[in-house]
Amino acid sequence: MGLFCMPSLGADMEAGKLVEWLKQPGDSIASGDIIAVVETQKGAIEIEAFETGTLDQLLVPIGQTVPVGTPLAAIRGAGEAPVAIPAAPPMPAAPIAAPLMQVSPATPTFGSAVKASPAARKFAEEHGIDLAGVTGSGPEGAIVFVDVETASRAGGMPKPAAPAPAKPAAAGLEGMRAAIGAAMSRSKREIPHYYLGHAADVTTATAWLAQRNADCAPQDRILFSALLLKAVAVSLAGFPEFNGHFGKDGYVAAKSVHLGMAIALRGGGLIAPAIHDADKLSLAEAMTRLHDLVNRVRAGRFRSSEMSDPTATLTSLGERGADWVLPVIYPPQVAIVGAGSPVEEPRVVDGQIVPRTICHLTLGADHRASDGHRGALLLRAIAERLQKPEAL
Amino acid sequence: MTAAANPAQPTYRDAVRAAIREAMQRDPRVFLMGEDVGRYGGCYAVSKGLLDEFGPERIRDTPLSEAGFVGAGIGAAMGGMRPIVEVMTVNFSLLCLDQILNTAATIRHMSGGQVSVPLVIRMATGAGRQLAAQHSHSLENWYAHIPGIRVVAPATLEDARGMLWPALQESDPVLIFENVMLYNMTGTLPDNPGIVDLDHAAIRRPGGDISLITYGGSLWKTLTAADELAKLGIEAEVIDLRSLRPLDDATIMDSVRRTRRAIVVDEGWRSGSLAAEISARIVEQCFWSLDGPIGRVCTAEVPIPYPKHLEDAALPQPASIVAAARAALGR
Repeated sequence: MGLFCMPSLGADMEAGKLVEWLKQPGDSIASGDIIAVVETQKGAIEIEAFETGTLDQLLVPIGQTVPVGTPLAAIRGAGEAPVAIPAAPPMPAAPIAAPLMQVSPATPTFGSAVKASPAARKFAEEHGIDLAGVTGSGPEGAIVFVDVETASRAGGMPKPAAPAPAKPAAAGLEGMRAAIGAAMSRSKREIPHYYLGHAADVTTATAWLAQRNADCAPQDRILFSALLLKAVAVSLAGFPEFNGHFGKDGYVAAKSVHLGMAIALRGGGLIAPAIHDADKLSLAEAMTRLHDLVNRVRAGRFRSSEMSDPTATLTSLGERGADWVLPVIYPPQVAIVGAGSPVEEPRVVDGQIVPRTICHLTLGADHRASDGHRGALLLRAIAERLQKPEAL
Repeated sequence: MTAAANPAQPTYRDAVRAAIREAMQRDPRVFLMGEDVGRYGGCYAVSKGLLDEFGPERIRDTPLSEAGFVGAGIGAAMGGMRPIVEVMTVNFSLLCLDQILNTAATIRHMSGGQVSVPLVIRMATGAGRQLAAQHSHSLENWYAHIPGIRVVAPATLEDARGMLWPALQESDPVLIFENVMLYNMTGTLPDNPGIVDLDHAAIRRPGGDISLITYGGSLWKTLTAADELAKLGIEAEVIDLRSLRPLDDATIMDSVRRTRRAIVVDEGWRSGSLAAEISARIVEQCFWSLDGPIGRVCTAEVPIPYPKHLEDAALPQPASIVAAARAALGR
């Protein structure tokens, strides 16, 4: 015996509208039977029963919108007495559309559900740190002073309105780890990621690079990562839904492409400062800027603007990494492109199996800002640009 | 300094006696009176030998009437003497609470400053010796509540030795609380000890992670707890209040602003305790420096039990202090 309740058809669903009963009282029900249709923001969805028995009673009339968890019908097992019906959970006071809009996650303010000590709050306010991006280490998981201090030292999570005065040079590994942990926890908590992968044939690109670099002094050579940087940046310029920030008021596309470059630090840790207007750089400029940025980051000297305003991120595994990566978005950005180490693989070209150099491109993107169809087009655009390196 | 008796080393009791003897020798206006202080040598043997040395005029046994002999001490002080009155325990002092609160604390104010009461009252306080519920309570805070008097709690031999003389120089009454568990504690005293100040709390152990604020007999339990915490990687700062009225806010707040966390260890009952007062002051003055709730380790709210295991369970102990500190740090 059980109750058939309005199911949650997604984390953001608070209520649904009953539009059709496919079974009537007295009908026998088997687990898996579709017994009702519910309309949600995602469309009309057929709802299955997970009980076996007899449909005893319909509790909600067609056309009514009820909160998730509201009993819709009672299902009676063989030989059982009728079900006692608990009271329905209260309807949200506001019209249904309003709560659905308010579901946008964690707009942290003082006095919100974030548990933080007075010392932590004061420090966070003085340094413009968003407590929602900080992981607490205090009693009951409370955010305490040292948590915001380390988050601040490692570049922190700047408040959307007031970017943190980043002091990343002073970051110890522990502070760096805390900051990465805070940012990635927030990302995984708030961002509905989706992932796509595409194998980009970079045989032509690597050959072109080898030829171009053959006559160059070492400092004038262009590395594959610069090619990637340029290909990704130029492609992002045509896909505004992947290049911007998701803030308190939803997604805002950026006007420029400031591509964050994930750079591993030698002592451990990771940081992803921006190369500004990366789509407008020549390949040589991109190489120079990348070289300069890596050197400065590893020396601990980079500018706060580079930390605070990347519009999307590229994480490239370099020559000796793994084949591919499922990257985690750095909030408030909405997309991150991953590039595995180029590797020789057998491919079918014109009906023949031939060795080709493959770079596995991946995309982690925010479903609040884009869909997989456009994401796939973005990856293909990047792959196509890598086919014509001379045009970059 | 340890609690173990070592005849070769002076005890806290010796330090108090040396302080009384020095005061008697330096100032002929000083005399000692109280129950059993003369022929018996004091119920905690503090005044043993003083009757032979100074005679019955200056070491005076009194009738069993706290209201009577404390009142006499007030009168003597108003008349120009410098009396030291010993009240056997703070429990018994309630019989003379009227004299202390309504007379000793008020006369200078009610006389427009014409008459002062330069009186010192010494009292034993605290539990741990299985003296049951009429001899074991810690009511220092009742006195620390009263404007017009000073309240001090020497926790070390140095303070027991050094606080009496400056107390006798005060124009207001000074109450000195001696925890009964300290009398047998041994330590060292310099040959020529100087006077100590009555105003400031002392940091007995520096540390950056949490402030443990305490006084009197609880100081040593707190220091033991701090050693245990150090083994867990928690560096506790231990503050000995020394003066319970006035409280040295500056030292407390400076410490809490550095450590951002505080535990108050107080042998009084929790409700309306000195620990409550200190907690409130910290919140008033250091709220934006705090990293967590202020903890209190106080005596269970029962009349102090007689059985040893129950008495121990009722009192603050190193383990409960360690537990409170760990909770405050979330570790």
